[in-house]
Amino acid sequence: MTPAYLTARRFVAVNAVLLLVLLGSIVLASLIGSVHVDLARALQSGIASNTDRVILFETRLPRVLLAAVVGGALATAGVALQGLLRNPLAEPHLIGVSGGAALGAVLAVILGGRTVLTETSLLPLAAALGALVSMAIIYRLALVHGRLQPYVLLLAGVVYNAFAGALILCVNAIADFYQAQGILFWLMGNLATQSYALVLTIGLYTAAGTVWLLLHTRQLNVLSLGDEGALQLGVAVDRTRRATFFGASLLVGAVVSVSGMIGFVGLIVPHVMRLILGADHRLLLPASLLGGATFLIWADTVARTALGVVEIPVGVVTALCGGPFFVYLLKREGSKAFGV
Amino acid sequence: MASESLEARNLRFSYGENAVVDDVSFAVAAGEMLGILGPNGSGKSTLLRLLSGVLAPAGGAVYVHGRPLASYSRRQLGQTIAVVPQETVIEFPFSVTEVVLMGRSPHLGGFAFEGDRDVEVARRAMERTGVLELARRSIHELSGGERQRVVLARALAQEARIMLLDEPGAFLDIRHTVEIYDLLQDLQREGRSIVTVLHDLNLAALYCDRVALLKAGRLFRLGRPKEVITYAALTEVYETEVYVDTNTITGAVNVLPLSRIYRERLRRG
Repeated sequence: MTPAYLTARRFVAVNAVLLLVLLGSIVLASLIGSVHVDLARALQSGIASNTDRVILFETRLPRVLLAAVVGGALATAGVALQGLLRNPLAEPHLIGVSGGAALGAVLAVILGGRTVLTETSLLPLAAALGALVSMAIIYRLALVHGRLQPYVLLLAGVVYNAFAGALILCVNAIADFYQAQGILFWLMGNLATQSYALVLTIGLYTAAGTVWLLLHTRQLNVLSLGDEGALQLGVAVDRTRRATFFGASLLVGAVVSVSGMIGFVGLIVPHVMRLILGADHRLLLPASLLGGATFLIWADTVARTALGVVEIPVGVVTALCGGPFFVYLLKREGSKAFGV
Repeated sequence: MASESLEARNLRFSYGENAVVDDVSFAVAAGEMLGILGPNGSGKSTLLRLLSGVLAPAGGAVYVHGRPLASYSRRQLGQTIAVVPQETVIEFPFSVTEVVLMGRSPHLGGFAFEGDRDVEVARRAMERTGVLELARRSIHELSGGERQRVVLARALAQEARIMLLDEPGAFLDIRHTVEIYDLLQDLQREGRSIVTVLHDLNLAALYCDRVALLKAGRLFRLGRPKEVITYAALTEVYETEVYVDTNTITGAVNVLPLSRIYRERLRRG
């Protein structure tokens, strides 16, 4: 039975359990792969040309950690957007925010003249700007007579995604061959990295965005009573909305700039967490951060091992899970989410 | 008057060219229940939204405990005025307790968990509205009557001295409606000021100390139910014939509708 309300004790306990699951997943997933790694041997530092050590610490662990950061950020952004838009089907990918972020990143790369996409700590900001601008456009489009229309929102998101995708392909056609190749590979959603610095950079962006959003989660709860209801309970509705848009954009921008388009994490994870833990955003947000991290670690483990030596883009794996899941949600909650 | 909690002074509001609320003035004292009556589109709900501060008036002002409403912060208003809307739609599966605890929001700041006192206030509010046994249920599993009582408990949890209600019984059956008004009467006797929009003239006559009858945004008449809810006033404001009588048990005015056959018969004399 779910408890009647959230206490500080429950907050700590649930997050502690989810953190343990995440840490266990990091260790376990690092040991799984096409080549067997002997953990005991990998941990010995004295051995010359220790291949177990190289594979574990230079190939697998950075990738697993990046998956954790990206998955956590996407799920957190999903919770924030769902709370803000009062729609359980809102998701960064579906409502066009990821597309906007990708467009921002590609433009920055082309205009900035950089050749390698993943080497700068400012690229996430360009992507965040792209996400923020696209979110503002989609939000305006979905406001009909001052009220947010859920189906217009999702439709606008889909169209915006297609439009941003077309612009990216346009830019891609102008770019030189190597740049174009890199952009396409990145767009499909990829977590391969050997750089701890990159993980740290994206990790810091994610941490900042998450803490910022967490500070607004109590207001997000009250916002589910509607704008007027929230105002009457002392919530600065416009400020909360702007702050949440900003935080979610930062998260989506940071992860899209490094890992491209990975969809549905922000849909699946918050929904499962809400089923288990209840609707309180104060718990739902950090729990989805940890749960999203764990989810993407395992999705990426499937992506790099399922077909043996050949790797599937992780975005394909999440979409293969997420598509049917979305259909299930639509069947179950469609009438409510679409306001019909 | 020193005990005035809420006062409307020459309130005006319009959507575009249409004046929806036009020069409305009245005051509500502590321990008083005021009913706002009037036909559809006479400006009742808009007036209530002006009183709660969600809409800013185009002219005139609202005074709360003698101070202009505009000088209050949102949080201060949340501690002073509680609003119960006609219907509340909550998208996410919050538990009943969680919804009631949202009423503590104006008393909390930033990221915070509700303390023991907040939980105790919420528990008492649920007890008063009879939803304590629903405490753990999801708000989505409740019937309309149960949900409205939860929203009322949420308003009580605000510990506000002024309560504004927009037809709290609109979607409820007769038993649940009188239960809500009985509770409002108790709250009023404890010294709260209550302003409620009603469509049901009989309920207004039964429960309100005074009623304000609106016609096309203007205050048509203000006073005790017996003085306002009369055949002459109703015929003019609602533009239809009704049957007005006195209830032999309560002594309050009773208003009953008449079908076309009887309205025509009445007009012919």
